[in-house]
Amino acid sequence: MRFAKIPDDFFPWLKYDGSLRQIGIIQLKLVLMREKIFIHTGQFCAAANEAPSGREDKPMKEPVVKIENISFKYDEQEGYALKDLSLQVYDGEWLAIVGHNGSGKSTLAKLMNGLQYPLEGTIEICGIRLNKETVWETRKLVGMVFQSPDNQFVGTTVQDDVAFGLENNGVPRGEMVKRVIASLEKVHMEKFLDQEPHHLSGGQKQRVAIAGVLALQPKIIILDEATSMLDPRGREEVLETIRELKGTNQLTVISITHDLEEAAKADRIIVMNRGRLYKEGTPEEIFQMDEELVELGLDIPFSVKISKKLREKGIPLDKFYLSEEELVAQLWTSHSSK
Amino acid sequence: MMGKFIIGRYVPADSLLHRMDPRSKLILIFLFVCIVFVANNPVTYGILLLYTFVMAFLSKVPLRFILGGLKPVLWLIVFTFILHLFLTKDGALLFEWGWFEVYEGGVRQGTFISLRFFLLILMTSLLTLTTTPIEITDGLEVLLGPLKKINFPVHELALMMSISLRFIPTLMQETDKIMKAQTARGVDFSSGPLKTRIQAIIPLLVPLFISSFKRAEELAVAMEARGYRGGEGRTKYRQLKWTGLDTVMMLAFVVVTVTLFILRT
Ligand SMILES: Nc1ncnc2c1ncn2[C@@H]1O[C@H](COP(=O)(O)OP(=O)(O)O)[C@@H](O)[C@H]1O
Ligand SMILES: [Mg+2]
Repeated sequence: MRFAKIPDDFFPWLKYDGSLRQIGIIQLKLVLMREKIFIHTGQFCAAANEAPSGREDKPMKEPVVKIENISFKYDEQEGYALKDLSLQVYDGEWLAIVGHNGSGKSTLAKLMNGLQYPLEGTIEICGIRLNKETVWETRKLVGMVFQSPDNQFVGTTVQDDVAFGLENNGVPRGEMVKRVIASLEKVHMEKFLDQEPHHLSGGQKQRVAIAGVLALQPKIIILDEATSMLDPRGREEVLETIRELKGTNQLTVISITHDLEEAAKADRIIVMNRGRLYKEGTPEEIFQMDEELVELGLDIPFSVKISKKLREKGIPLDKFYLSEEELVAQLWTSHSSK
Repeated sequence: MMGKFIIGRYVPADSLLHRMDPRSKLILIFLFVCIVFVANNPVTYGILLLYTFVMAFLSKVPLRFILGGLKPVLWLIVFTFILHLFLTKDGALLFEWGWFEVYEGGVRQGTFISLRFFLLILMTSLLTLTTTPIEITDGLEVLLGPLKKINFPVHELALMMSISLRFIPTLMQETDKIMKAQTARGVDFSSGPLKTRIQAIIPLLVPLFISSFKRAEELAVAMEARGYRGGEGRTKYRQLKWTGLDTVMMLAFVVVTVTLFILRT
């Protein structure tokens, strides 16, 4: 037995919150794989999620993804696809990433999943520094759903597709069967076990893709425009599923989207522009930008536009309303109270 | 046009043959192909014919449906028969007509060869009629497993096969969609001289190819994102189950084989 040289960043959690207190909870499993050491980290992330009791601020503020000054360029491209980008994603939040076509959103998602590696800067997932050695571990923590419902469906039937990721990770069959059923139940597709993909709607296929991700029990799910090829019903179906999951599973959701109405429902929005992080804030803060967003190639939601116009006309609205329901509710209550 | 053709088609049903393990079916077919050449007289051919029809009966696929579907191949069989009838000049002369001479050996040879051909096609059709392509793939993957030792990419081939199977209907739907789109633009696929019809296929194939490449690329990324890293260390979800039925079928086959060896001349 031979041990690979241990790299400097091998114990990334040591700088995690500065204390060694957590290490007691951490079950460290060293797994020897192809003569290199991998760290089995499932336990660590779960432990890291329990908010440290000493802290005063929101328990949400635990970064599960920590990106520092990354830059990335595709070989065949002139300019950088991502330039000097830093970003933190907190445990349990719903983060929306918006930006014009080609602003680098998908590239960022790929980097978080180790499908590409940054030229400069570092990425940490649940305290594990992402690199070629740890990628198989971090990939289990970060699930990804892509845009095209068809081109990510690998199996010949629904259950085969959900099992694909489990097979890849060498999960024993008995466990696989349980997880496949359980994940399909979570996305309400358990009645379609033996259905073939060409008999499913786009929304159903995306829900199966989500089940495939859930089966691997990730901490983070990245949706890269996962609803953009769906009709309105399919889109609502998928978003509803994600909302449900987020509530019950302590899932952190990173949703890359063109749809600002969808982004309006997120906890936080990040605006990308030409490979850089342009702005970061709550939906309200972001939609204050207004014309600036249009210049960045985005379109503000209808309800925000209306509330702005109404305010210009002298209707007393205290803020820009991000959803039509909210706006309508505000309008008829303020009217009736007069 | 292709509606009735059954080679390579699967007919869902709940029959003994459907319930067999694809591995045992594949092994049986392979052995059957070998023992067909053992038969060399009417009795042994009779036994093989009987065995094949019993199998067809057990598949619960109507015999008329099977034979109807084999019609295009039946012509080939008839052709084989006629060829041997005229070319083999063996044994007693049965009759002559002008310069056509038919010998006893010709009839015999013609019957046997075309019968052999017929039996082989019928049996392989029974395999595909009662086994889904994905089951066949799984079966082959296991049976060819030992070839991994000599670095034959068994897992990769099986995966390629299963992905192709998964995408065939999708590509068919897409072809249909492109065809409609092009028809709406005035492309006529169904009439005119052959040359223009072949030209009409180009605006169909080009988008299909482009989209297939895009699909392949996206699929590869999606597979990697889900942890795919080759066959090593992978477990399997779909399971093959060897049951008593498979053992019985194998034993029956052994009995047939032994009988053939005893009765051949
Ligand atoms: N596979 C690739 N090879 C080369 N360049 C790429 C590739 N994917 C994306 N790019 C380029 O990188 C930039 C960012 O693209 P992308 O991350 O896909 O943006 P977005 O998802 O925001 O639309 C674009 O200029 C795009 O042309
Ligand atoms: Mg994109």
